[in-house]
Amino acid sequence: MLDVSELDTFYGKAQVLHGMSFAVGQGEVVALLGRNGAGKTTTLKSIMQLVPPRGGRVTFGGRDITGWPPHRVAQAGLGYVPEERRIFTQLSVVENLEVGRQPPRDGAVAWTEGSLFELFPNLAERRRNAGKALSGGEQQMLTIARTLMGNPALVLLDEPSEGIAPVIVEQMAHAILRLKAEGLTVLLSEQNLHFARAVADRAVIVEHGEVKFDGTLADLEAHPEIRDAYLSV
Amino acid sequence: MGLILAQLLTGLANAGALFMVASGLSLIFGVTRIVNFAHGSFYMLGAYVGYSFMQVLPGAVGFWGAILLAGLAVGLIGALVEILVLRPVYSAPELFQLVATFGVILVVQDLALMIWGPTDLLGPRAPGLGSIVRIMGEPVPQYDLALIAITPFVALGLWYLITRTRVGVLVRAATQDREMVGALGVNQRWLFTGTFFLGCALAGLGGALQLPKGGADLLMDFTILAQVFVVVVIGGMGSLPGALLASILISVLNVFGVTFLPQSTLVLMYLVMVAVLMWRPFGLLGREEVAGELGQVGEPEEPIAPAGRAVQALTALGLAALASLPLWGGNFAIVLATDILIFCLFAASLHFLLGQGGLVSFGHAAFFGGGAYVAALSVKYADTPMELALLLAPLGAGIAAIAIGYVALRATGVYFAMLTLAFGQLLWSLVFQWGEVTGGDDGIVGVWPASWASGNGVFFYLAFTFSVGGILLLRHAAHAPFGYALRAARDAHARAEATGLATHRLQWAAFAFAGMLAGLAGGLFVFSKGSVFPNELEIARSFDALIVVFLGGVKTLSGGWVGGAVFKGLEDTLTRFEYWRLALGLTIIAVVILAPEGIVGGLRKLARRLGLVRAADAPARQKEPAE
Repeated sequence: MLDVSELDTFYGKAQVLHGMSFAVGQGEVVALLGRNGAGKTTTLKSIMQLVPPRGGRVTFGGRDITGWPPHRVAQAGLGYVPEERRIFTQLSVVENLEVGRQPPRDGAVAWTEGSLFELFPNLAERRRNAGKALSGGEQQMLTIARTLMGNPALVLLDEPSEGIAPVIVEQMAHAILRLKAEGLTVLLSEQNLHFARAVADRAVIVEHGEVKFDGTLADLEAHPEIRDAYLSV
Repeated sequence: MGLILAQLLTGLANAGALFMVASGLSLIFGVTRIVNFAHGSFYMLGAYVGYSFMQVLPGAVGFWGAILLAGLAVGLIGALVEILVLRPVYSAPELFQLVATFGVILVVQDLALMIWGPTDLLGPRAPGLGSIVRIMGEPVPQYDLALIAITPFVALGLWYLITRTRVGVLVRAATQDREMVGALGVNQRWLFTGTFFLGCALAGLGGALQLPKGGADLLMDFTILAQVFVVVVIGGMGSLPGALLASILISVLNVFGVTFLPQSTLVLMYLVMVAVLMWRPFGLLGREEVAGELGQVGEPEEPIAPAGRAVQALTALGLAALASLPLWGGNFAIVLATDILIFCLFAASLHFLLGQGGLVSFGHAAFFGGGAYVAALSVKYADTPMELALLLAPLGAGIAAIAIGYVALRATGVYFAMLTLAFGQLLWSLVFQWGEVTGGDDGIVGVWPASWASGNGVFFYLAFTFSVGGILLLRHAAHAPFGYALRAARDAHARAEATGLATHRLQWAAFAFAGMLAGLAGGLFVFSKGSVFPNELEIARSFDALIVVFLGGVKTLSGGWVGGAVFKGLEDTLTRFEYWRLALGLTIIAVVILAPEGIVGGLRKLARRLGLVRAADAPARQKEPAE
């Protein structure tokens, strides 16, 4: 469904991704693992064309989306949830959702405010509150819900478990499994191997902007030396 | 009592048009982050277009229809300008777009002159609202009452649009984080164009609505612009309720000022602005600017380095050729070269502030004109010899810069820019309105150089020495530790502080230094012309310098004086034609679109492409953190 091939991405003159290549299949949940600075966030931003790659190709649903403006990528069915959440702090919860609203799409779940409030009950109670009044966990839910309003076929989730309370992390894992059950494809970046184990089918490990491992989580369990080399701090 | 009420009503009536223009500017800035210098021009267009519609459309329906049509037409023109002029330069360095909008000002001025002619147009009366009513014995025009009734509806409609519709939600979201809005599937281009349409339509509406009160003339673009900036800043950039509040405040203040303190109306407005910003640095209802929002974004800047030997040799050769000008050039060429030299020093001083300090000042003319007036006043009242006056000019301007910098540097980004603009206007209005001392509009004349320097040739060498010397001094400062520290404060404020640099004091010193050299340029200017008028302090003069710096190239060391020389030379060539503003405006827009890095930046790029200069970044080995 998503094919990332030979991506070279730069910030100014510094090259961050070096021939990054991997694929995500329909209905899969794939975890992009790696240490801080390995290039996980940059990979997601490059797929979204927020930081356009200088080399390589991104194919989504059979279409080459390399070089498209981000809004067209989003309209094509790719949802992006940024690490810093980036909710609109001056807007209320429902207004935040409104910004994400896109028409329903063939072959993807059509989300409504109602179904999202069911998925994230905490948000329902705070529907009229301004974004800045939400807790970290609520903001994390809102940023996911906002992206889902665009009815994406594939969601890019940047570090969904970062900086939130353990109980919320658990809720987040449930939510991701719900999305998978609804038929969504998910590519998430994670530093937390524990969290990845709970939700992902497959792991792609990156270091210095390159793929070092690509396999199922069971494969990864079978090779603790890989985990030690690329994931342990 | 009746008089006060009548005054209040007049103020409220004036507030309507002001609010419409200000809210448009505020909206455009909020969403696109563009300070639209041309907003006053759209207001002016609204008045002219409305006038023309009123000529053909009959009766009351025609009158009000013409106003609506004028708003619509100006909105469409604004959208067209956004698509043709601004879209190609959105990726250029921040604030560069305002140069393009400055080009639009010039183009609109000449187009209006071509179409409607130089004579002021008297606005037609509103059908059925042409007389006055007596309120507590005081005459109040009926049309004023109509305006007071209309404004709340416009404000309410705008409020509904912004708070209750999807478009409004998107606009507010984009005001905060437009990249995220794009990542959620919203096409920013049309959001920007739509915002421009709305903002310009509001300006046009304001222009057409005030026709029965003020008519249409070719000066209204700058007149309203200064006021609108004040309103938007007092209210808070991006806040519509703030714009409404500030419009009423300023309009009422102006009306009472005219009645009770006729000598200080202009000064009053800017004093209020300064006071408000000292009390609330982000305006009455504005929110704090998020750090970096207006900073230098995009590609990290290359470290500056002294020019290579070849370029240095070329520059030396050019200077030598220039120095020999009096030997072979005619009188006209010498006078023109003197003008250019003085202007180059002025531009280079602002360029230092902008390029090295990252401090965008909209009011640098305060120091140029300030220096000029210090010199002229000291000659007029104390018969000061030229040599001493040329020392007093930078001294006075430097002291003014220390005082103004003390207040203005409390703010950052666009608020800093607006504060400098306010102080510039404050100084201008002081000089303009304090006629007994400064000569007011008539200026100060008869300020001639000492007898030994009175020949054009000798004075040319004087200007040459001071201007080239001043520019070399600026260059030296950029390469000195002072320059390094300034650039550190510009690029990474917190990190510079953490390494022990007193960033605020550094920037203050840079502001004073730049002001001083602008004052020197001003002093030279007076003696070269023999006179000085308030327009040397005006907003338009500040913009001239700003435009020149951007055109030359902010991110290059020589951008200031190169831009100054090109601009002044171009202006001198073009002013011989009738529609020189049109030509100059189009040239500016063309440069902005073709060379977004400015003339020097563009030339450097070209030289690299041709292989004449080696790219400074050829061995790019350093790695930056990836996140």
